[in-house]
Amino acid sequence: MKRERPESFNTVPMKERMIIPRQDMPEQDALLRSTNFLEVNLGLTPEQAVFEAQRCIECKSPTCMDGCPVSIKIPDFIQLICNEDFVGAAKKIKEDNSLPAICGRVCPQETQCEEVCVMGKRFEPVAIGRLERFVADYAMQHGNGSMETFDKPTSSGQKVAIVGSGPAGLAVASDLIKEGHEITVFEALHEFGGVLVYGIPEFRLPKSILRKEVASLEDMGVKFVKNFIVGRTMTIQELMADEGYDAVFLGLGAGLPRFMNIPGENLNGVYSANEFLTRSNLMRGYEFPEWDTPLYRAKHAIIVGGGNTAMDAVRTAKRLGADEASIVYRRSEEEMPARNEEIHHAKEEGVEFMNLVNPIEFISDDQGSVVAAKCLRMELGEPDESGRRRPVPMEGSEFVMDVDMVVIAVGNGSNPLISQTTPEIETNKWGNIVADEDGRTSMDGVFAGGDIVSGGATVILAMGAGRKSAIAINEYLKAKVGSLA
Amino acid sequence: MYKIIKAEFIAPNVKSFILEAPHIAKKRQAGQFIILRVHDKGERIPITIADSNTEEGWINIIVQGLGKTSAHLNTLETGDYLQDLVGPLGLPTHIENWGTLVCMSGGVGTAEALPIAAAGKAAGNRVISIIGARNKDLIIAEDQMAEVVDEVRISTDDGSAGRHGLVTDVLQDLMDEGITPDMIVAIGPLPMMAAVSNQTKEIGIPTMVSLNAIMVDGTGMCGACRATVGGKTVFVCVDGPEFDGHQVDFKELGSRQRMYKKQEEESHKCFLERQMKKMKAEQMKVEVTS
Repeated sequence: MKRERPESFNTVPMKERMIIPRQDMPEQDALLRSTNFLEVNLGLTPEQAVFEAQRCIECKSPTCMDGCPVSIKIPDFIQLICNEDFVGAAKKIKEDNSLPAICGRVCPQETQCEEVCVMGKRFEPVAIGRLERFVADYAMQHGNGSMETFDKPTSSGQKVAIVGSGPAGLAVASDLIKEGHEITVFEALHEFGGVLVYGIPEFRLPKSILRKEVASLEDMGVKFVKNFIVGRTMTIQELMADEGYDAVFLGLGAGLPRFMNIPGENLNGVYSANEFLTRSNLMRGYEFPEWDTPLYRAKHAIIVGGGNTAMDAVRTAKRLGADEASIVYRRSEEEMPARNEEIHHAKEEGVEFMNLVNPIEFISDDQGSVVAAKCLRMELGEPDESGRRRPVPMEGSEFVMDVDMVVIAVGNGSNPLISQTTPEIETNKWGNIVADEDGRTSMDGVFAGGDIVSGGATVILAMGAGRKSAIAINEYLKAKVGSLA
Repeated sequence: MYKIIKAEFIAPNVKSFILEAPHIAKKRQAGQFIILRVHDKGERIPITIADSNTEEGWINIIVQGLGKTSAHLNTLETGDYLQDLVGPLGLPTHIENWGTLVCMSGGVGTAEALPIAAAGKAAGNRVISIIGARNKDLIIAEDQMAEVVDEVRISTDDGSAGRHGLVTDVLQDLMDEGITPDMIVAIGPLPMMAAVSNQTKEIGIPTMVSLNAIMVDGTGMCGACRATVGGKTVFVCVDGPEFDGHQVDFKELGSRQRMYKKQEEESHKCFLERQMKKMKAEQMKVEVTS
């Protein structure tokens, strides 16, 4: 699709743009930050943001937008930054992404927009993520209240229930409220945000940012209901038949932690990453006993896994005062699914990486608490079905190390709650809800998207799925009115 | 916020709460539980629903003040509010007509056994209730139980009411009298459920227990509540809370329940100190004003 190029405000001659260095984002000192839960990244300054924006060479056919799962108009918002219209830039992003302050922080830009940035071929890519974060934060501080500019649409008289207030649900809510539908978001927990509140730590995504994003949706008219478990408090059928909802979107997330099925996994001190992070993030266990929820403060913690969740957990353990907090990963660093930035930050904070190691048993004291992990060293063999080289145990490499806490971060299965209570909705052999690419499930009027369909993925992919579903739901609702007329 | 319609002590340190919860009241079935938070920095704790009323839109829970959160909860009065309340959670009790059903309960477990006993009776069973407590003051819900079952038997550790001994002794008495249960439901403290399961395993009577594990979200997301049943890991919140007592690894569950013992004691102490300060401050106020 051909699009018009945005008006250029970049006054820097083309050749000079390539000399401007990519702007580093200021961050808290590593030694200091490994003892607190304040945000690590401090954000670009306005001057830095303008410099960074001026690095954009204004490609005729910009590839960055293709790299974005929700097709943010990146060239347009970059030009607005060149013009120092930061609030305008934030509004431009909000046309396609309702949560820029969050995505600017947690998106893996290096494998999306920035990976395909033309500047990156010869120089470093434009720091699109840092710019997104900057304008979103700027608009929150300087814009007046809700930065949404849309005129209240005429009411369609139709109601949509959104199940789960994570990234997918919030994206659907934001798109459909603009269409004049009545939107209610149901959340099982006592705070809104799903994985953004229970999974991602304060030092990566401050809760105050999340609350502002939710508040801005509330200002737009979205209703939020907490402590409400669809499937248990009310079923999907009841929502539709008794409460008059015309469509339902399921953005439940991948809420069922996987374990390794090795001996000693149920010992005290062995956590799933979900539990460890929920106790710390949602329940503020790191402020115990000021807050009531207890959490282990380990001397030597190991975190099993190599994804972003493992990095969040190991950095949390470090901040809780661990002398040693180590990543134990069965492949090598090259295969790690975590973002480079997270690995880099973890290393700076003193996290130790034990790669090509796999635990096979956890050993307890006489009180049932974990005191050691029995591990094998691994080497990489032939590629497996994921394309990564398969880790193979090395013979005679068994060793035991002292640990007093273990966090298992090897991924999530799908939560059984909806399939238990709504057998009409088809699921696959992994328990994920089966949906077409627009999110339609096997039940009429019920759509689904995000991790509950795809399995564990990223915030932005969940939002992308939500936005696709929003379009499909809107069409469904229009057709429904049409067929009644 | 969730209103407390009525709160009253029904035994020393044991309080009954009627909570405004129309949605939960409408859906809940025997064996299910809720999760609540007392205040905005509070932890999430699971409590079994003892009773409910759909028309009036309330549920009833019975709370023994053991740790910080339950002790704090028990300071709340009629007209106060809970911070958070969610449910109903867990799978409902599987009820069928087994023939003779014996419901064995200890402590506040009797309140939780009540709806199961009632459902068992409604399904056509002959239902016998065995209630155990440390002493006669700690026996709760005896009258309500008597209303729904065929027979109630009591045991106390100190002999102050009913048979001097444990619920397992009463079960033995029943057997000696020639009454062989077809099904046993045991609800109470872990050691009691373990003892009952041991006893009935030997004599081969199917036994269902309701496990009380530490939970956080209660929807299967965190896995804090895992237990080993039949050699397999289960999540008590979504796979239970009721399981075949003969298959449960009680030793592991017991140790998991003590996971935060040290922190809980610290938290409880902080709470008691704060309560003392509050009481002293109020006393001072009274002295100043009078």
